[in-house]
Amino acid sequence: MSGDGTQEDPWARLARLTPARIGLGRAGSGLPTREVLRFGLAHAQARDAVHTPLDGDAVTAEIAALGFETLAVASAAPDRATYLRRPDLGRALSEASRAALGARSNTSVDLALVVADGLSARAVHEGAAGFLAAFRPHIARAGWRLAPVVVATQGRVALGDGIGAALKARAAVVIIGERPGLSSPDSLGLYLTFEPRVGRSDAERNCISNVRPAGLSHDIAAFKLDWLLTQAFALGLSGVNLKDGSGPALEAAPSPVMIENGTQG
Amino acid sequence: MAYRHVVGPRTHVFADLPALMAKATPVRSGDRLAGIAAESAEEAMAARWCLAEVPLSEILARPLIPYEDDDVTRLILDTHDAGAFAEIAHLTVGDFREFLLTASPETLTRIAPGITPEIAAAVSKIMRNQDLILVARKCRVVTRFRNTIGLPGRLAVRLQPNHPTDDAAGITASILDGLSYGCGDAVIGLNPASDSVSTLSGLLHLFDDLIRRLEIPTQGCILTHVTTTLEAMNRGLPVDLVFQSIAGTQGANASFGVTLPILKEAHEAALALKRGTVGDNCMYFETGQGSALSAGQHHGIDQQTLEARAYAVARPFRPLLVNTVVGFIGPEYLYDGKEIIRAGLEDHFCGKLMGVPLGCDVCYTNHAEADQNDMDTLLTLLGAAGCNFIMGVPGADDVMLNYQSTSFHDSLYLREVLGLKRAPEFEAWLAQIGLTDAAGALLPDGPSARLIAAAPGLSDRGLAA
Repeated sequence: MSGDGTQEDPWARLARLTPARIGLGRAGSGLPTREVLRFGLAHAQARDAVHTPLDGDAVTAEIAALGFETLAVASAAPDRATYLRRPDLGRALSEASRAALGARSNTSVDLALVVADGLSARAVHEGAAGFLAAFRPHIARAGWRLAPVVVATQGRVALGDGIGAALKARAAVVIIGERPGLSSPDSLGLYLTFEPRVGRSDAERNCISNVRPAGLSHDIAAFKLDWLLTQAFALGLSGVNLKDGSGPALEAAPSPVMIENGTQG
Repeated sequence: MAYRHVVGPRTHVFADLPALMAKATPVRSGDRLAGIAAESAEEAMAARWCLAEVPLSEILARPLIPYEDDDVTRLILDTHDAGAFAEIAHLTVGDFREFLLTASPETLTRIAPGITPEIAAAVSKIMRNQDLILVARKCRVVTRFRNTIGLPGRLAVRLQPNHPTDDAAGITASILDGLSYGCGDAVIGLNPASDSVSTLSGLLHLFDDLIRRLEIPTQGCILTHVTTTLEAMNRGLPVDLVFQSIAGTQGANASFGVTLPILKEAHEAALALKRGTVGDNCMYFETGQGSALSAGQHHGIDQQTLEARAYAVARPFRPLLVNTVVGFIGPEYLYDGKEIIRAGLEDHFCGKLMGVPLGCDVCYTNHAEADQNDMDTLLTLLGAAGCNFIMGVPGADDVMLNYQSTSFHDSLYLREVLGLKRAPEFEAWLAQIGLTDAAGALLPDGPSARLIAAAPGLSDRGLAA
């Protein structure tokens, strides 16, 4: 019973306990019209997140405005349709980008940051610069030497291996648009690989997932990445043998709901 | 040995049986990714003509992956029922298709132990969608734990109450919602976000309490790794069904961290608990085309044939449920609605032909060229094909795994259109608690207050009405 004495639908109260689509009601065996349309809109937004091209110039400009040096590269997947069918091409640099990275006189650094569209350019447009702004103080405090921030189009996580190796980085972090869920078209994933080189497996990476306004905040994600990177440098490894133990250090801070998302390769 | 087929002035040559099988497969992106798909539409048809003329006995005699190299091949050949095979041993793949179209349900049951996954896959490649539906509909694979699944004219639903943080109240809310639509007879099955044994313990008790308090004739399952479930059983936790994802090669199973001896150990542990009331089918497996390629363990074999081999892994364990999660893996394996629909029908057909209780997670991800209309089509076709069970996900949106499946409403749609009933014990329970009428239709004023009041853990949140 609510305060004014009217009976609230018990399903409405249950629906507050979960983000799942419960208590929808029905029209015969079907969904009410509003629910059919709500679902259709959410799917449309997720589809748009997958198929909207990355605006590399705008993202690069935003990152440069934060004071980072930047570099633009492309994967070997020439377009979205190829990218979706050929994950192997999204993991490799285009010939031109490989040559361009190889032609630089790279001196060894601690960290290469790679921003890639992945499966949601929208997540990168809305979140990549914001995350880097939150992470910048951690870099400064740790004193990590940084390669130019690479902005990659049609990229998958493993693209960071070749980039990190070319830039002579001890560790690479790929900041990438995750596979959009129906209610999360704007989620970034952060993938850390110690000693990146072509051929690293996913078991050799650590992932911080669901970085988005309704999920893990930029500040918390930056804190966790700092913790993982510090551990990776100390232990000389990343992946399944590096467990995320940043929780206790975070306990003092006000913590938002942290949820794990599907990873993507 | 090379295979040849002449089309007019051209002779198509296929290096060996794996190449012939791959090129005869209706085109899909995963086989292209593996570099084994037919390179032209004519080559695909030439391969199908050629495959139609291959004797079944030749397929049996030429393992696609050598016996010495792979324990799934050894399992298939060591457990092959030569007596059951004798009835079809003289047939070619093309003859076998016609045999299946005319066979009675009794004949199909009799020959099932003689059908290897490679034989099932081969004949499926020359069958149209309507053939796959017609023959699968005649295959009867009935299993039992606390109810009876797979009877003709019936369809069960897995109630899938996933929650992004495994919150007990949130999961319970989704379960109650699903029950109110008459879903949950296949299993109440949760994919947990966490794989810790302590989380598992809480969830297993939650499911056990709920099923007992409401006296639901169904089973619960937390879909976690088989080794974690074994640990749970060793600690005395209430495990109804043992879950595991499986694939069609030893290497792919190893990538899942699973071996045949581990499955056997878990099966024996679950049997010893004797928690079933009307039967002892206590395993739940999930599969999906592309998993072996994804693990780099496909041996140059096409993904549809490897999927059928996963059913051979399942078969000796007499599972309650085997679920092909058909569109979950993504567009690099099944690109669009057309490929997902075809794969769903193939998987269901191959499993049923082999005597395995196939259900289907009719599903897709947001980067596949598919939408809910494609799922409606596959759902309807699988309903016509006599699929044992489907998923019931709230609003078809899985908020933990981030993909779209079928909803509680979708099951109502399928029941109304095709006249499909629930598992008989579950159907009787729904009528008894006043949720449905005698015909199984939902009553307008269902017992939602009673369901909520009986659910553990909700009353302290002021939710018991």
